[in-house]
Amino acid sequence: MTTVLHALGLTLTTFGVSFLLIAALGVWRLPDVLSRLHALTKADSAGLALIALGAACLTGRLNTLLTLGLCVVLVALSGVTIGHLIARAHLSEGDLE
Amino acid sequence: MILNFLAFCTLVATLAALPRLILGPTAADRIIAAQLAGTGTVATLIVLGTADNAPALFDAALVFATLAAVSGLAFVALQRTRL
Repeated sequence: MTTVLHALGLTLTTFGVSFLLIAALGVWRLPDVLSRLHALTKADSAGLALIALGAACLTGRLNTLLTLGLCVVLVALSGVTIGHLIARAHLSEGDLE
Repeated sequence: MILNFLAFCTLVATLAALPRLILGPTAADRIIAAQLAGTGTVATLIVLGTADNAPALFDAALVFATLAAVSGLAFVALQRTRL
């Protein structure tokens, strides 16, 4: 049981880290503000959630679950809100800059 | 061992957004890079806390998550007042 949980945690964490690496590559290399925003929000919502789920599986204690869940909810909510607001500010500005 | 490598990978992802933070042509590019750096810091602290079996790092990750949220909202508010 512990081995299964450990393997599951390692797999989930690896997936999350690869999400984060791909998002960093996208923010670094993509040509446009909106496409960079598209790359960022994936890391915010999916990547960090997978990493925290893997960490919860690996530590195996229930009292860390609240902190990790709060981290994920906070980053996901702020990522969604800020992504929407940045896109709206960018579109209302036009292509001035 | 593999968790230390994964923590290193998240650190690389955090630092990879740095050129966009410095060069980024518009202010929106810079705040996108700062947001990714905040998320990467949270992820690095979570993975490091798992690797070292130190749950205190999870609390530090929570602090960084709060700071990233506030900084992004401050940027949008500033832009709105400038318009």
